[in-house]
Amino acid sequence: MDYITWRAFYTVLVFVLFIGVVLWAYSKGSKKNFDEAARSIFEEDELKAADQNKTKQESKNHE
Amino acid sequence: MSHTSPQQMEYNLKVVRQFAVMTVVWGIIGMGLGVFIAAQLIWPELNFDTPWLTYSRLRPLHTNAVIFAFSTSALMGTSFYIVQKTCRTNLFSDKLAAFVFWSWQTVIVLAVITLPLGFTSSKEYAELEWPIDILIALSWIAYVIVFFGTLMKRNTSHIYVANWFYGGFIVTIAVLHIVNSMAIPVSFTKSYSLYAGAVDAMVQWWYGHNAVGFLLTAGFLGMMYYFVPKQAERPVYSYRLSVVHFWALISLYIWAGPHHLHYTALPDWTQSLGMVMSVILFVPSWGGMINGIMTLSGAWHKLKTDPILRFLIVSLSFYGMSTFEGPMMAIKSVNALSHYTDWTIGHVHSGALGWVAMITIGSMYYLIPRLYNQTSMYNVRWINTHFWLHTIGVVLYIVALWISGVMQGLMWRAVNAEDGTLTYSFIESVEASYPFWFIRFVGGLFIVAGMLLMAYNTFRTIRQGSPTVEYVDLPAKATKPAEQPA
Repeated sequence: MDYITWRAFYTVLVFVLFIGVVLWAYSKGSKKNFDEAARSIFEEDELKAADQNKTKQESKNHE
Repeated sequence: MSHTSPQQMEYNLKVVRQFAVMTVVWGIIGMGLGVFIAAQLIWPELNFDTPWLTYSRLRPLHTNAVIFAFSTSALMGTSFYIVQKTCRTNLFSDKLAAFVFWSWQTVIVLAVITLPLGFTSSKEYAELEWPIDILIALSWIAYVIVFFGTLMKRNTSHIYVANWFYGGFIVTIAVLHIVNSMAIPVSFTKSYSLYAGAVDAMVQWWYGHNAVGFLLTAGFLGMMYYFVPKQAERPVYSYRLSVVHFWALISLYIWAGPHHLHYTALPDWTQSLGMVMSVILFVPSWGGMINGIMTLSGAWHKLKTDPILRFLIVSLSFYGMSTFEGPMMAIKSVNALSHYTDWTIGHVHSGALGWVAMITIGSMYYLIPRLYNQTSMYNVRWINTHFWLHTIGVVLYIVALWISGVMQGLMWRAVNAEDGTLTYSFIESVEASYPFWFIRFVGGLFIVAGMLLMAYNTFRTIRQGSPTVEYVDLPAKATKPAEQPA
């Protein structure tokens, strides 16, 4: 495969891969995992609130 | 998460604290330098006839200070914080993380010394000479190891999206820096690029635009994907969109560099390709902007009371504005008017002061109290004051340079109908720009005043708190004997 053919093939490959990513991201199967991932950053605050017992300051912050 | 596990490890928040404090310090220095050279444009005698105070030497110092000192310290600090928090583990190596901090600060101090002395490779945003370039490479490789090492020892199954953006930024900057800085040294303080002519220009702007695309965009999107949901207390609007726009963004940005070289010796097809890719970039950029802003949907009322959220959301508005403006300016016919004028500088600052600085400031106001055992800054009202100082400053700055930029472009291209000679001499366009340069200078004063208020607020917050010591529980199955608490 010469250089030009390889570049053309590579461009098509990246395009197909990107379509694959879109299909995967919007598939029903991945919705649950993605929702969990999106919420995952809030799980730690529960640990933190329990660890440090900062409820008073925490509520002040939400005024 | 197992709360009963006896096994705990301590987060490394020390290096995060160091970077957070230096972000504020370098922010003041970098932006203060910007105001100083803006004043020099109006009052040239401010160089005091001293070589190392001339505009040509201080301007690269300003750009290095805001990009590599202020922004990169913010990115390194927040990435170390977020990767630990979202992966539920401590850093891969505390010693290496300390090396990243100290070597990076050394790089910046060396920049502060060498650039005013006139040592420069003359490549924009890559001015530092080869010995410093080597130190940058070492520091960055250590950064790669710490960040990805931490991802590898994570205690979660999923890698949170913020880390994808940080990871993309870290890997790409390593590649860009090493390729663009290839040079042949002729002495300890002077080197010449390995590339020549149009190739040198193309490599330089492949680097230059991706410094914008990865350092100033992807990295800060990582920051956005953690701190916006955290401060809004709502999960990101669409996690799917974040995945799709991540891959679209990183595969497109790499092609956009040629738009810096329209109507130059670069082959015409390369210019056109760069233009098309830059225009398409609009789509993934707005994907990120919409995702960030819509995270607040249903909770817009929080903007009324929360100045940190105001910083974060307004930064996304500026991001949306400048990523609309950028693709437009990359169109060759628009670029024919805008190139080499103040419009470009206004565009850069709408991105740098609007997007990068505001998302950083908002994130720091969230982060700094949490690093010192508190949940809010010493004075929340000052955050609001800072918000308005900064916003007024940015608006003054970009509006002034829009007007002067378009005016300069129109004056430079104006020709007399009878004989085709130029209507205006260059110096006439300079003279016409003075009022706008003054407005820009005033805008800069507002911004630096806001940063000084932030520094004082930070100082008081640190003084009334104590360094946070935080542990993460190890889930039983992930507990390995090899992992020692710090």
